[in-house]
Amino acid sequence: MSSSDLFNLSTFAYIAAMIAYLSYLVFRKNGIGLVATGITILGFLAQTAAIVVRWQESYIQWMRFSPDTSFLLAVSRSAPLRNLYESLVFFIWSMIIIYLIIEFVYKNRSLGAFVTPIAGLALAFIEMSGMSKDISPLVPALQSNWLIAHVLISFFGYGAFAVSYATANMHLILETDDKKSPSHIFWAFTFAAFLWCLLIMMAKMSMYPPVISPDGREVPGTPPASFWFAGAAVYFVLVGLVYRFGLSLKKVFRFFALSTDVLDDITYKAIAVGFPLLSLGIITGAIWADSAWGTYWSWDPKETWSLITWFVYALYLHSRLMRGWKGRKTAVLSLIGFISVIFTYLGVNLLLSGLHSYGGG
Amino acid sequence: MTTQKNQSLPDRIWKFFASVTLAIILIAALALTSIVGTIIEQNAGYEKNIKVLSTFVGESLAPAAYKLFDALGFMNMYHSWWFLTLLSLFALNLTICSIDRLPRIWKLVTDPMIPLKENVLRNLGIRKEFAVSAPAEQVQEVTQKVLKSHGFTSGTSQEDEGASQVYGQKGSYSRLGVYVVHASILIIFVGAIIGGMFGFKGGLNLPEGESSEVVYQYGSGNQIPLGFAVKCNWYETEFYGGSDQPKLFKSELSVFENGQEVLRKWIRVNDPLVYKGVTFYQSSYGPISSPREGFFVFTATTPGATGETVWARKNQPFQIPGTDIQATVVDFSPALTTNRQSGQLFTYTSSMNNPAVKMQFTRNGEPVLKPGWIWKRYPQTGKLAEGITLEFNHYWGAQFTGLQVRKDPGVWLVYLGCTLMSIALFVAFFMSHKKVWVRVVPDRKQTKILLGASAHKNRHSFEKAVDKMVSEMIGKSEGGNQ
Repeated sequence: MSSSDLFNLSTFAYIAAMIAYLSYLVFRKNGIGLVATGITILGFLAQTAAIVVRWQESYIQWMRFSPDTSFLLAVSRSAPLRNLYESLVFFIWSMIIIYLIIEFVYKNRSLGAFVTPIAGLALAFIEMSGMSKDISPLVPALQSNWLIAHVLISFFGYGAFAVSYATANMHLILETDDKKSPSHIFWAFTFAAFLWCLLIMMAKMSMYPPVISPDGREVPGTPPASFWFAGAAVYFVLVGLVYRFGLSLKKVFRFFALSTDVLDDITYKAIAVGFPLLSLGIITGAIWADSAWGTYWSWDPKETWSLITWFVYALYLHSRLMRGWKGRKTAVLSLIGFISVIFTYLGVNLLLSGLHSYGGG
Repeated sequence: MTTQKNQSLPDRIWKFFASVTLAIILIAALALTSIVGTIIEQNAGYEKNIKVLSTFVGESLAPAAYKLFDALGFMNMYHSWWFLTLLSLFALNLTICSIDRLPRIWKLVTDPMIPLKENVLRNLGIRKEFAVSAPAEQVQEVTQKVLKSHGFTSGTSQEDEGASQVYGQKGSYSRLGVYVVHASILIIFVGAIIGGMFGFKGGLNLPEGESSEVVYQYGSGNQIPLGFAVKCNWYETEFYGGSDQPKLFKSELSVFENGQEVLRKWIRVNDPLVYKGVTFYQSSYGPISSPREGFFVFTATTPGATGETVWARKNQPFQIPGTDIQATVVDFSPALTTNRQSGQLFTYTSSMNNPAVKMQFTRNGEPVLKPGWIWKRYPQTGKLAEGITLEFNHYWGAQFTGLQVRKDPGVWLVYLGCTLMSIALFVAFFMSHKKVWVRVVPDRKQTKILLGASAHKNRHSFEKAVDKMVSEMIGKSEGGNQ
């Protein structure tokens, strides 16, 4: 099977798993739960195989251009972590593995109904967008052994934060009774921002695809101002939709066996895993920048946003551990943290410029 | 924070800087203000940021907004007085807050364990009560062994009525993890300050064949003497296969001390040259702005010569080694390609992506072979008649290599801080100070056991470990009895 067949298989599996998880929540039959987990694992394996096949393809390409490379070096240089498409696929892969670990440790499947649709829809989105799926050889700046360490660590961190976002958002929804309450309005704005980022990225990718400059660099497309005005309008429509229909999610959650305490606990644990990983991601990035450009820190937008994210989660940890904040307050901080993650990962490339131009649109 | 009347001013200042509230305010302030510098491009110059500002406030207001932002330091905000003040306050807060808490934590780390009264034991977070059919002394011995095998220190004390208590702890130093994280941030700060004060960051554009004893500081443009000379022998961009996608930017540099070559190295992105604390990074390249004549470098393989290198100038005939043929470079293109429709040759970019030379050949003044273009990218175009191959390798002396030059005597501290932080974060989040007390009471033929345990973090996972220890205690006590 080719890697794109395997990707499609995993997309279908994640969407099927979503249906299975939802029916598990409705019927509460253990058998259905096992099926849901099984399908997710199947999708995960298919996605893993797809990544491996892609890796192998780019290994062959690398060896064609540089036949005298050692096996290990060629494997490391052909890791499929080079462009936005590959990084998004890997992001989803890390999210699923972190979810599976949590399901195993907590023996609770409720979160699956949340995570699998995100994974399935995002993969489908990526497939349909005009994003380049070419296997492109590695640009000189990315030819470093730090690439794999930096990306792997950062993405496991992002995956952990994604889980904390899901649980914190569920927490806020469960605690909200009234549309007019600040926390409902708040999560409507943040959830809309999350959806908006995905939508606008796909729109920009398909309508204004990146062009290759004469010296071989991929230059992001430049949409006109009207694109951004339309984008802003779309954002407010999304906010309105989430605001209007968000509370009905609560009815769905009634099926969930999750208490706000358990959600709070998972949120904290996920951040406790994500924070050291984020720190390591920043550190490996700094060391890499130092060996490539001679500056471990240059305040470029990507670096700065990763630091802002770090500050937000540091705030979460200090307010919770030292000030004893719990519940709604820390859930809000966790939401801000994840919006900051999404901005670091996608927003910077989408809206701002910087050294990290490879991974973005 | 409650301020008491009898507090002295230094006390109150200390309390202020030791407070978590201040930490939360400072972290939030740093996070929020940092956003500004990611939207306004830093050190980008007037033109660029005026454009950005116009989209937000309109063209008429943009100059005024620029003036205001410039006065606020937004154009170079991470080095502005107020951002540096925020960072200093953050460092001060971090230091005082840690010093303030350290004595208490140190006591928790170093205090020896003492046996607990039964009622205190019953109030601990983790409690297990069970009985085994084995004598108390044996149970006591087994308990000590189990604790030890799980990495606990262990002590025993006797109580009245034949009861005894075995207790142990581990991971007490993990309580310090978070303070090491704090210290590592300060170490990184110190490293950055040392680098800023005693180091420099500059650039140098070196044309092929030229050398320099100075570099130019970023921002100010000031000359900084190196104390030695650095020379660029060769610059080259390699491309992937037949494409224009760069695979490698590389330069061969030489270091000269008193006219003597002491070091020579090929540098590339991610692989710099280091000499006497100064590091040279491959950062850019380009054509030399004032056009000057360089050398065309060929490799000739003929019936009379194998792989001989020839350096030639434009319009100056040279003899192909091992033959009696004179060759002349009559034209050069940095990037020559064929128009698909018309079939005509044209130069598609000024950067040296696909260089080619147009050759003419004569023997005794008579034109021989076929005149035409030889491409660097396509060595087969250099296959001439009569078994002569003339490979075009390089147009030397027409490009410069752009070097980033850095001296940073503080960078090792930054690396030390980063290493410490990585280890300490792991300790702080995934290790905890764990304590176990086991009260052993003989009860006729049985022995009753009350176990109490605590962990200052991650209690859930510790409880699982305790369950395992309990089953080991039961198994080993009763198993030893049979």
